[in-house]
Amino acid sequence: MTKRPFLGWFVSPAGLVALGLTAAMAAVFQFSIRTYIPGSLEVGGFTLQNFAAMLRPLYALAFWNTILLCFETAAFTLFLAYPLAYALVRTRSSAVRSFILIAAVTPLFLGEVVRTYSWMIVLGNNGFLNTLLVKLGLVERPVQMMFTAGGVIAALVHVTMPIMVIMLAAGLSHIDRNCERAAESLGAGPIRVFLTITLPLSMPGIVAGFSTAFAWTFSAFATPQLIGGGRVSTVSTLIYQLGFSSFNFPFAASLSIIGLALSLAVIALLRQATRPLERLASAT
Amino acid sequence: MKRSPAVMALRWSGRVLVAAILLFVLLPGIVVAVTAFNDRAILAFPPQAWSLRWFWRAFSYSDFGRGFWNGLTVTLWASSIALVVGAAFAIAIHRYTFVLKSVLEGILLSPLIIPHYTIGLGVLILASQTGAGRGFPLVILTHVLLVLPFVMRSTFISLENLDSRLELAAASLGATPGRILLTVTIPLLLPGLLSGWLFAAILSFNEFTATLFVSSQATQTLPVAMYNYVREFADPTLAALSVIYIAVTALLLSLANAFLGLEKILNVDAH
Repeated sequence: MTKRPFLGWFVSPAGLVALGLTAAMAAVFQFSIRTYIPGSLEVGGFTLQNFAAMLRPLYALAFWNTILLCFETAAFTLFLAYPLAYALVRTRSSAVRSFILIAAVTPLFLGEVVRTYSWMIVLGNNGFLNTLLVKLGLVERPVQMMFTAGGVIAALVHVTMPIMVIMLAAGLSHIDRNCERAAESLGAGPIRVFLTITLPLSMPGIVAGFSTAFAWTFSAFATPQLIGGGRVSTVSTLIYQLGFSSFNFPFAASLSIIGLALSLAVIALLRQATRPLERLASAT
Repeated sequence: MKRSPAVMALRWSGRVLVAAILLFVLLPGIVVAVTAFNDRAILAFPPQAWSLRWFWRAFSYSDFGRGFWNGLTVTLWASSIALVVGAAFAIAIHRYTFVLKSVLEGILLSPLIIPHYTIGLGVLILASQTGAGRGFPLVILTHVLLVLPFVMRSTFISLENLDSRLELAAASLGATPGRILLTVTIPLLLPGLLSGWLFAAILSFNEFTATLFVSSQATQTLPVAMYNYVREFADPTLAALSVIYIAVTALLLSLANAFLGLEKILNVDAH
């Protein structure tokens, strides 16, 4: 018997797929340093012009807006998902648990288009929210919610909720309840137990959820495209527009490279900044 | 145990908060469901008259039918290829050390953090440079790249829970490595492989952004057809389609929850 039976059979298909992915990423990189020839799909010689052009206010602003949008979305998602995850893990009724689980997880499997479309009906000028507000007499004319950053954030929070709930619940379910019981027996009230025991111990889940929400929002396309309607430009909508409206694939490629580098940097910074908190959680 | 009024107030406000958040989660689905039965062709709320005609239009609109079958083709190929490639690789990672192991693993897991549009753009540029057309193989390749990490992860979790003494027992009784793999390892991994395949299939069927980049008119999947529809028309057809989508998905998840326990699949099992 050999020590590593079937190693070649197990690894070579995966190696082939990895090669394909590497080639695709190399293609993006290679295109990002090529000259754009207007009206043609061919590319010219090597240049750094694409990266220099990104310093123009239009593109710099899109990067800034996207990062801001991602932070706001991740933060709102965290605040809404935490109570849900907490209820999911801690409820004693299995019916309540199943209901929360199905309600929170179903949207994950619906895809971005269905979810974004449903928010278009909620936020539109003749949509659900505006009809409600007008009928209640709270506003005289419909409030513009479509094509605004606020509308995009509301829909994106909804899109990232399921994965955040799953990650927070995974974190919360691995907490040793005896730590909380010990604090209670020493006379701590429920709020104090939550703030000094549960919350710090759930930090790994919070960090994982927040950075995943950030990455997901950064790669969201249908939501900013349809709800933003061209008036909220993000890195993803710009890349699509450059690629499929002006066929400027070199510039689209360089935007992708910078976008990828930027989102990786932000996630690495997030992890770095929250490391002391995580260490605190693992020490207890 | 006696509870003070303050604790009770805290509990009830917690319940109200959770109910409000659940309302936010469910609201779009409810609004879509009501809109789907609206008789009028504009997206106004609430509907004045009711009808089922948007369901008929959703079924008879040829792009949706073609998108559904295209999507099914891509999904079945992509999730099956990903299952074989990903499961084999997960076993190799779990058991063996080999050259470039962590590099290969890192590359194959990277689609979890690389935006889908970047991968779509890369595959598209690669196809145009190598002269490969925008046919089904291109869409399937893209989907394999995107769902592979999920199959790998699911197989890996099953491998962690596998009792390796069973394989040792088979080996001590004289079974060849091939026989052990087919009669011991794979049957024991089957639930993990199956849930990994199912997860990959659902993700692939719903994938939109990367598919938009690499598909053509002939290979567009259902989400791409739906996106194109919503940009051209503003009637409730898509709402009707969404209702079918939501109903089927919720049904599948309820079944998965009843038979397999969704908590286990999603690793949120309470202790």
